[in-house]
Amino acid sequence: MDTHIQIRDLSVRYGERPVLNKINLDIPRGQITVIMGPSGCGKTTLLKGLNRFLELVDDAHVNGHVLIDGQDIYASDVDVTEIRRNVGLLAQRPYPLPMSIYDNVAYGMRIHQMVRNGSEMDARVKHYLEEAGLWEEVRDRLHKPAAALSMGQQQRLCLARGLAVNPAVLLGDEPTSALDPISAQHIERRLIALKREYTIVLVTHILRQAKRLADYVIFMYLGEMVECGSAQQVFEQPQQERTRAYLAGQF
Amino acid sequence: MKKRWARRHIVEGIFKVLMLTSFVLVTGSLMFILWTIMSKGFPALSWAMLTQTPNGGYYLGKTGGILNAILGSLYMAGGGTLLALLFSLPTALYLETYLANSSWSQYVRLALDILWGIPSIVYGAFGFIFMLAIGMRASLLGGVIALTLLELPIMTRAMDEVIRLMPPDLEQAALALGSTRLEVALRVVTRQMLPGIVTAILLAFGRGIGDAASVLFTAGYTDRLPTSLLRPAASLPLAIYFQLSMPYPEVQNRAYAAALILTLIVLAVSLGSRALVRRLNKNIFR
Repeated sequence: MDTHIQIRDLSVRYGERPVLNKINLDIPRGQITVIMGPSGCGKTTLLKGLNRFLELVDDAHVNGHVLIDGQDIYASDVDVTEIRRNVGLLAQRPYPLPMSIYDNVAYGMRIHQMVRNGSEMDARVKHYLEEAGLWEEVRDRLHKPAAALSMGQQQRLCLARGLAVNPAVLLGDEPTSALDPISAQHIERRLIALKREYTIVLVTHILRQAKRLADYVIFMYLGEMVECGSAQQVFEQPQQERTRAYLAGQF
Repeated sequence: MKKRWARRHIVEGIFKVLMLTSFVLVTGSLMFILWTIMSKGFPALSWAMLTQTPNGGYYLGKTGGILNAILGSLYMAGGGTLLALLFSLPTALYLETYLANSSWSQYVRLALDILWGIPSIVYGAFGFIFMLAIGMRASLLGGVIALTLLELPIMTRAMDEVIRLMPPDLEQAALALGSTRLEVALRVVTRQMLPGIVTAILLAFGRGIGDAASVLFTAGYTDRLPTSLLRPAASLPLAIYFQLSMPYPEVQNRAYAAALILTLIVLAVSLGSRALVRRLNKNIFR
């Protein structure tokens, strides 16, 4: 297995309340890794540990290491904006920036000064909107406000916006949970298409979605990593009693 | 069962009457004020009032106009608002984006709230003493600075209250793309909160242009048009004050005309910026 992200002894507590307890994990490159588990098990916290979003939470204390391509993202000399450029995030609900569709996609490329001129920007915006499967729907209203799009379109716009800064890793925090079934299916298809180029880590509490998407599965329970392995192995021959119970729908 | 049901409806009825009374009182007094200004001011209003300087002494004259006061007020409130904006937008953004809910930010907010509550005559007196200390005379610049001080806490706190309503998830969406906090503040927060920011600016402008006490000592009064930052400048609130204290009804009515002009200026600025905001507003995330 080609490991992209290594999590070593990662512990997180919010104030005095421990949320993650010494997590050790290897996340494979170029696959969809699904983190599943009942609510409150620490899935989202684990995900937030991968783009240093935990430091936005008041009172969060992080111990341990997360290495992406061998680089510890918690080392004192790394640039957090560079980490977040490299690790994109698709949130539960789409939050388009208060600007046009075009500017939403261009925003990241502008702040990271990734593009030299306007025609190159036009081409890239088109490319990433295509990658997110939104181009055909918005090509004639690129300069209209992003807020006017439907929820499902907004989520695909957020996907395009995230891809535009050329990340290596894409995180998804239940990215379809606020969407209608058709839009959710759109997003799922895009994620499957994108996994060749990106390492994708998804949090979901929908078992069926996990089964549809996962190449690699991590099962969390009460702040601990209970079991991880290939989707086939975890779904068909779970080693742990708690995993079996979860898959059987017991909690 | 039936009795409790009835009591709830009675309580609702009583509160409805109370609310309606308050509503009528508030809108009624507003209408009454506007009616007074208009009914007394309109007859005295003339083209000359808008285009000429006073004849026969600042507050004695029954002819001439108050162009000096109109321009003086616009310059002072405009200048004060611009200067205040220069300091309050960065302060408000810093409070939200960098300090968030730390104890430091609470102290700053407390300080601003206290400053908001200070009577404007105190700002005037403070400005006056300060100007005496550096050997400056009552002047347009002095008035601008006094109004800046007066407007600063109002504008900052009003912006702060608006900017605090920024959805945290939207801020995080920008951070997730690798934005620095400054980029979030300038490119996202300011845009998202623009309508509220404009409202805060207007609130401060309205307070500044209508204030007499803070410019009384600092800007002084004069019959001349304001042409130099270092010369005294007239202002509408003082024009109203002086004219209203004259025993002649003709002069008093000119005070109402001046009040009408002041009201119309505030109204025009307010409507203008709202129209502007509506045009810029389309992009906002809801």
